[in-house]
Amino acid sequence: MEKETCTFSFCAKPAVEEIETDLLLIGGGMACCGSAFEAARWANPKKIKITMVDKAATDRSGAVAMGLSAINTYCGENDPADYVKYVRNDLMGITREDLVYDLGRCVDDSVHLFEEWGLPIWKMGDDGFSLDGFQAKEAGKVMLKDGGKPVRSGKWQIMINGESYKVIVAEAAKKALETNRAATGEKTNHYERVFIVKLYHDAKDPKRVAAAAGFSVRENKIYIFKAKVMVLAAGGAVNVFRPRSTQEGQGRAWYPVWNSGSGYALGMQAGAELTMMENRFVPARFKDGYGPVGAWFLFFKAKATNSLGEDYCTNPEYLAEAKAKYGKYVDVLGTAIRNHLMMKDMKAGKGPILMNTHHAMDAINKSFAEKLGEKEGKKKVKHLEAEAWEDFLDMCIGQAGLWASKNIEPDKTPSEIMPTEPYLLGSHAGCAGFWCCGPEDLGAPEEWNKKWPGGSYNRMSTVPGLFMCGDICGASGHKFSSGSHAEGRIAAKSAIAFMLDHPDYKPTIKETVDQISAELYLPFEVYEKYKTYTTDTSTNPNYIKPKMLQTRLQKIADEYFGGIGTWYMTSKTMLDEGLKQLEMLKEDTTKMAASNLHELMRCWENYHRILSVEAHAQHILFRQESRYPGYYYRGDFDLVDDVNWKCFVNSVYDQEKNTWIVKKVPYVELVK
Amino acid sequence: MPSYVITEKCDGCKAQDKTACQYICPNDLMALNRDLMKAYNQETEQCWECYNCVKICPQQAIEIRGYQDFNPMGGNIIPMRGTDSIMWTVKFRNGILKRFKFPIRTTPEGSVDPYKGKPEADFANLKKVGFFTTTKPMPTIKK
Repeated sequence: MEKETCTFSFCAKPAVEEIETDLLLIGGGMACCGSAFEAARWANPKKIKITMVDKAATDRSGAVAMGLSAINTYCGENDPADYVKYVRNDLMGITREDLVYDLGRCVDDSVHLFEEWGLPIWKMGDDGFSLDGFQAKEAGKVMLKDGGKPVRSGKWQIMINGESYKVIVAEAAKKALETNRAATGEKTNHYERVFIVKLYHDAKDPKRVAAAAGFSVRENKIYIFKAKVMVLAAGGAVNVFRPRSTQEGQGRAWYPVWNSGSGYALGMQAGAELTMMENRFVPARFKDGYGPVGAWFLFFKAKATNSLGEDYCTNPEYLAEAKAKYGKYVDVLGTAIRNHLMMKDMKAGKGPILMNTHHAMDAINKSFAEKLGEKEGKKKVKHLEAEAWEDFLDMCIGQAGLWASKNIEPDKTPSEIMPTEPYLLGSHAGCAGFWCCGPEDLGAPEEWNKKWPGGSYNRMSTVPGLFMCGDICGASGHKFSSGSHAEGRIAAKSAIAFMLDHPDYKPTIKETVDQISAELYLPFEVYEKYKTYTTDTSTNPNYIKPKMLQTRLQKIADEYFGGIGTWYMTSKTMLDEGLKQLEMLKEDTTKMAASNLHELMRCWENYHRILSVEAHAQHILFRQESRYPGYYYRGDFDLVDDVNWKCFVNSVYDQEKNTWIVKKVPYVELVK
Repeated sequence: MPSYVITEKCDGCKAQDKTACQYICPNDLMALNRDLMKAYNQETEQCWECYNCVKICPQQAIEIRGYQDFNPMGGNIIPMRGTDSIMWTVKFRNGILKRFKFPIRTTPEGSVDPYKGKPEADFANLKKVGFFTTTKPMPTIKK
């Protein structure tokens, strides 16, 4: 195929703004908001410039844009060592325990800040019943930082009224950036609706990254940010596998549909080492609406069964078979194993699988009536019903809509649950991401801290000066919203330390402004060049539109890399074939076409998705076992093989040569 | 449930400096038709139903219609977001109505003072674990 280039012969040249800053924050979600808050306090006295660039509006960007009904990581009275054990169990034995422990000991400080800033947090009432954020305040309940008692839905989870969670956290971040503007005299340091496409290496030190380039989604303008140090928190990858939904319902992804793998792709292109990219998350959620099940399981004590009323998690035949293949991991019944057992029932035709919300509400009705009498009991149940609806209305309004549309009242009717399409992420119940430096004080191997390439800086990737947090700091899942904020703070503080240790560094890049503009705007040039060749611009042999790029990616991922179409089954032969097809798709990205700025963003987002999926497939191919049964299976190695594979799998992608180096890295247990 | 804009109610945010729905949508879906001065959802199959456009619209011109590949028709959910709480009206297909009110924040909007009462950054601690706010020694893994 003939290669397309952009010489601006067909599309208009954009304006270019070059910004020189010290610390660049890429992303605007919980992690980068944490970074902005922590960094400004350290930066201001030294007049260090911070710049945040977000592809959306920070008030409602990232995974918490809709809101949340719980904070899933709050240690409180618990020992961070137990947090490590919980994360390790759920992630099938392999995590970076230094990173997980570090997060566990730091996370509460962020939760305390959220409450100070105005996030309503439920508290335990004197009668043992829960009080919402307002009731708690009226009842004079003290804040968490002063020993207030939260309402636990699980050992690590606390309930909140979180509709405005992100707005509140963003307000603090924006105010922090404002103080940095005052300290440095910069007019602007917060860019919204600017989508970062690529990081650029330093001209003199090709190991380091010196710049990030992106474009405005609102005007024809390219931004080139030169920075001494960067924090990357651009999220995981959603809608990379063919989703269960068929048309407009594709938007109802379980994880935010706008997480397009940019976090992974930007770091990969910079040459940062990845870890555990074979990991994925396949949540079992309410069917189609993908509403959360955590509160129903943990808080309302609902049970999931097959349609015959049987609990698949206690089926002796399934358990014996699973144990033979997957060993001791079956005993702790982590999320992956529960999925596995559920699917056994689904394949046996015993579905639909039901969340028995009605039985749970029945039991609650009875126990409240016994404890409080009929009248008072009914009042409390009414409050509880509102809490059940709030769970959805705070964080998955579409599920409430689906219940309303299907006349489902949870106290009367059970609801179907189902495993979703796979997602790539590292902050929720997954751990796909980058290999990062950890703290020195936890007894981890020195290769993980003191002997880190580029120096020992917590959460720095293998690219000096490039820090990772949130969904893309790998092998350390179960951070959730609060942990991502805390990790953003850890990363930003280390980034400042790194910068101060390298006072003479001045970022320079070899690419010219014109080269960067031409690279980013290529999809415009291709479109303008060919658009009149056919009578309808949507069908044209000279280019591919972003929607079809995404559809092809999803089909390849689904059919060859273990999506829903094969019940998450893949193998070496399937992966090899899929990777061949993915290579052609990658070649075709040189002919992606955009008719407007919105499509230009979609083009590059899907390019980022493609790179993320390639990493995922390469890792699954390398790991010759099925580490996450229930999330994916290698048909040719359908076992958990602790003898050979209780280790990390790490990789580095060389974009120029288009080659991969994949290797084993020893796992070390730190918490006994 | 992709968002839709009610023609009669949308005024294209003429009185504002920018279109509210276009400003807030995390997925860049809301666009303005400049001929009609009306907003619309330009890519409904990428809508997460986060309701941020619905909540922010000053004219209450935006609602959500169920994803038709799995939602039967007739249900809907309407939020009214105030400064400290939110009211929800849930209408079932069979006509049942449920109303809920939940807190959204305990402090006035815009009142966050991020460093009020917080310690200054102590550069002696820059390379130690924890944050600028950390005042007590951090735990470590017991051997």
